[in-house]
Amino acid sequence: MSDDHVYLSLTEAGPGPEGEARWAYGTGFADPLLGVDAAAPKGIDPADLAAYCLMLGDDVLVLSQRLIQWITRAPELEEEVALANLGLDLLGQARRLLTRAGQLDGSGRGEDELAYWREESAYRNVRLVELENGDFAQCVVRLLLFATAREELYRRLVGHADPVLSAVAALGVKELAYHREYASSWAVRLGDGTEESHRRMRAALDALWPWLEELFTPHEVELRLGVDPLQLREPVLASLEQVLAEATLPVPDLPGRAYVNGRAGRHGVHTEAMGPLLAELQVVARAHPGATW
Amino acid sequence: MSGERASWPLYEVFVRPRRGLNHVHVGSLHAADDKMALLAARDLYTRRNEGVSLWVVRSDAITASSPDEQDPFFAPSGDKVYRHPTFYPIPEDVPHI
Repeated sequence: MSDDHVYLSLTEAGPGPEGEARWAYGTGFADPLLGVDAAAPKGIDPADLAAYCLMLGDDVLVLSQRLIQWITRAPELEEEVALANLGLDLLGQARRLLTRAGQLDGSGRGEDELAYWREESAYRNVRLVELENGDFAQCVVRLLLFATAREELYRRLVGHADPVLSAVAALGVKELAYHREYASSWAVRLGDGTEESHRRMRAALDALWPWLEELFTPHEVELRLGVDPLQLREPVLASLEQVLAEATLPVPDLPGRAYVNGRAGRHGVHTEAMGPLLAELQVVARAHPGATW
Repeated sequence: MSGERASWPLYEVFVRPRRGLNHVHVGSLHAADDKMALLAARDLYTRRNEGVSLWVVRSDAITASSPDEQDPFFAPSGDKVYRHPTFYPIPEDVPHI
């Protein structure tokens, strides 16, 4: 699944009558990792960095899969395309992060092998992103919670010592800022909407809020790398409280979901929603091992 | 639900292309309010790197010429070639004429 040729043909179409006229759509596409040094940065354990990239990559891969499940099921055509766009943003991040994890962990696995051939217990995503889609209110609330937290994280990772992680974060900040805006505008519209939409938003908040805490719970790899997610908690909650106030929705007063013997998504312990999701994600690749497209 | 949906107003979408000069009409969409229309326009019409600026306007805010008026409106300019700037050479380094 290499995009090299696509990028090449599109970037070759430079300004001027020759280049522009060949394409009905926009040109000037850029590969955010072009020219970025792929060597592991000095002073950082490549295994830790690989594990970290895998966590972040799995978060966005799994949420992307959930968003893509909205296709043909969204309440409006316009929203269906919007959700697909958000999913594709996340999938792009997942591809770069999984590729990075495979480069660093010494296993030689590529993005596809990591996505399609790992078992559930090897996935390192937080449980928030794997939960069933539910209704559109739940879709909006999950996007709002995740995008707010991930944008805040990427802002900090822009300055990370690993040039690949930094480049992924730099593009990701812009993508997540839009995701947050999209989710916030729907949260306000539905929360401050009809009695029914308000009721559904409250139910969605109550259902998903307890899963938010996991995004702030540090894993030992994160602590060793100096990227403690607990630092995100305060700014993320402040931002969410602002949106919820405008949406006339109360901030839920609910504790975080319990860990299973101190383990959760980051350790490969998932909810029962994860198995069917992975089955759908992996079935084609596993039915045709080694196939290319 | 479908009754609700039918009541969402239609919006026209205009994109200013990359390196282009003016906004160009690219299509339409349904949205409940201006903000939703702008976000939907971003998602529907600028996915392929087309644009750097977007306008959305409710279709019912546009006053359009009608096909009945086509002749009185547009035929009179059909024979006035002297209005075109084609009777003098254009220097090569002057863009956008």
